[in-house]
Amino acid sequence: MQLWIPFAASAGTLLAIASFVGADWDAPPVESVQIGYRGTGMYLEKDIEKEKALMAANVVPEAPWEADPEGDRASELYENVQVLGDLSDDQFNQFMAAITEWISPEEGCEYCHNAENFASDEVYTKVVARRMIQMNQTINVDWGDHVGDVGVTCYTCHRGQHIPANYWYDDQEPKPASAMSRHGGVGKFVGNTSMPQNALMDYLLEDKPIRVHSLTALPDPNSPNPAGTKETESTWALMMHMSEGLGVNCVTCHNSRAFNDWDQSPPQRVTAWHGINMTRALNLDYMVGLTPVFPENRLGPEGDVLKIGCSTCHNGVQKPLYGVSMLQDYVDALDKKGPTDVPDFSTYVPGQTQIMGAGTPAQSSALPLQTTVADAGN
Amino acid sequence: MTQYQNILTIVQINGPAEEGMPLPKDDSPRTGTPVMSRLLGWFGNAQIGPIYLGYLGTLSLVFGLIAFEIIGLNMWASVGWDPIQFVRQLFWLGLEPPPAEYGLSMPPLNEGGWWLIAGFFLTASILLWWVRVYRRARQLEMGTHVAWAFASAIWLFLVLGFIRPILMGNFSEAVPFGIFPHLDWTAAFSIRYGNLYYNPFHCLSIVFLYGSVLLFAMHGATILAVGKYGGERELEQITDRGTASERAALFWRWTMGFNATMESVHRWAWWFAILTPLTGGIGILLTGTVVDNWYLWGIEHGIVAPLPDIYPDVVDPAAQ
Repeated sequence: MQLWIPFAASAGTLLAIASFVGADWDAPPVESVQIGYRGTGMYLEKDIEKEKALMAANVVPEAPWEADPEGDRASELYENVQVLGDLSDDQFNQFMAAITEWISPEEGCEYCHNAENFASDEVYTKVVARRMIQMNQTINVDWGDHVGDVGVTCYTCHRGQHIPANYWYDDQEPKPASAMSRHGGVGKFVGNTSMPQNALMDYLLEDKPIRVHSLTALPDPNSPNPAGTKETESTWALMMHMSEGLGVNCVTCHNSRAFNDWDQSPPQRVTAWHGINMTRALNLDYMVGLTPVFPENRLGPEGDVLKIGCSTCHNGVQKPLYGVSMLQDYVDALDKKGPTDVPDFSTYVPGQTQIMGAGTPAQSSALPLQTTVADAGN
Repeated sequence: MTQYQNILTIVQINGPAEEGMPLPKDDSPRTGTPVMSRLLGWFGNAQIGPIYLGYLGTLSLVFGLIAFEIIGLNMWASVGWDPIQFVRQLFWLGLEPPPAEYGLSMPPLNEGGWWLIAGFFLTASILLWWVRVYRRARQLEMGTHVAWAFASAIWLFLVLGFIRPILMGNFSEAVPFGIFPHLDWTAAFSIRYGNLYYNPFHCLSIVFLYGSVLLFAMHGATILAVGKYGGERELEQITDRGTASERAALFWRWTMGFNATMESVHRWAWWFAILTPLTGGIGILLTGTVVDNWYLWGIEHGIVAPLPDIYPDVVDPAAQ
């Protein structure tokens, strides 16, 4: 009886299984950091090799030059400067140089501007960029609860690309799936899990309740909890999106023995709570309204605008760019609010519209009448 | 050198096939011509077949195949009938129970109707197989212990997919079919109902589950260890203790003072195995029906370890 045969067969089988399911495992060495009270199992696990790659990929670029805030204002020197008019000439050009490096380092100015007439709004990306600058200002001024003093710039999301690497859209693929195909396979926006693949629509666009727990030990017949196991899976899908997008575990924000209990939750959960509300507000107030401006190839398969998720800014890191602020070089451009007028984007005609904004009404039917900032309940 | 090693069965029976006792008149005949397999003989009995299927076994297999097909085709449809994606994403694919708004009524087929139909056929298949297990045991004039152990597992299966959903008033609470979907359901269920860790019947079920593993390891190891004295012939040694049985008993008596007998160790194992799904099923049945948040229930009953308030500044921002 030759014993090596069964041993070799077992080893081969195990190896095959491991290579099959283990493609993206956090292989040793893994660094464990205790982040909670002893005995609660609250450890942050970090794959050291992946961490090195993230460190290299999340380095803040230097400002093109230090801008002089003195001198004539941009609005006096250039035509059709709607949002950044209060910048000095040098600040304006420094910011334009920076935004070119951040978004279209290869195409340069012409990615957004008609080289013959920089003032014209006929290139759609310029209209989008203006709205995105307004959004950036809003984040830094109104959403300090989430972004703190570090704030964000275009680079936080764009990283030298036209479209940030991480976004999401209404995901109804593949077809024909059953009408309730919540488990249509690997959900790419929910951490590659098999959980409801379109859950972000419910929470980062609509305002579906995220909380699923009952606050009484026994069922309360007077106020039954409407959430069941299915709703819990949807919430969990959102949490997996956050977890993967930030490279963190559940216990970064929760004591997993009682997920809902704020008294046992680390302070990061409060920051994350504001982040969810912020993301929803940004999608509703900024992204959805821009839908008519984008050409078809810049929209999702269902014709909806590409939307912001947690990973859009975080890019796999708990604090985007490891918490290094770029804002000090662009204070007047991005850390103050310019005019907040919203043009009627549905009137935009690419290649023709010379000035998007002047004279067009601020209320657009494509925009929600109310933002979610005020009534965010989750 | 390998003669006392028990990794594979070394002595294989290879003679005229054992046909078994004659069947009563009203039973269908056993099917299949017996064959001898050297490979399977390493792992079990070398004789394969004949098998007694009968109408119960045949129906059970047909119903089981129908359920399998419904689940598989729904999964395949959910990747747009792409065969490559069906294989790649197989573990992710699932068939979901209907949403809560349909209650206990029959929903449209692709909104959970297929789930109900698959569940019906799978349940029918399992129940028929149970009757078959029971009747085959009676036919061999055995006890019906296997059937009752199987019934315990069926109890848990029925609680999860049928009894508890009916008590909750809708099938959306039931378990989906699918590899990852049913695992995700398990964790989501625990999260929604405040952590099953604090459910005492969950605790009991785990005690019996781990206990079953421990007993299995102790018993399996003991019998293999006395294999060279013929210890694997357990049943003979229940009535006629030979040197293997004697040594096995002495080993445990000397190690921990108490030893099971060749007979009673199987009773230990059987009860531990039976009680695992039995207590687990009770725990599931109470969840959502009687208790809505096990963590809070645990606080009320003093089983939650207190923690110091190490995040005094954290307040629910929605409550401010």
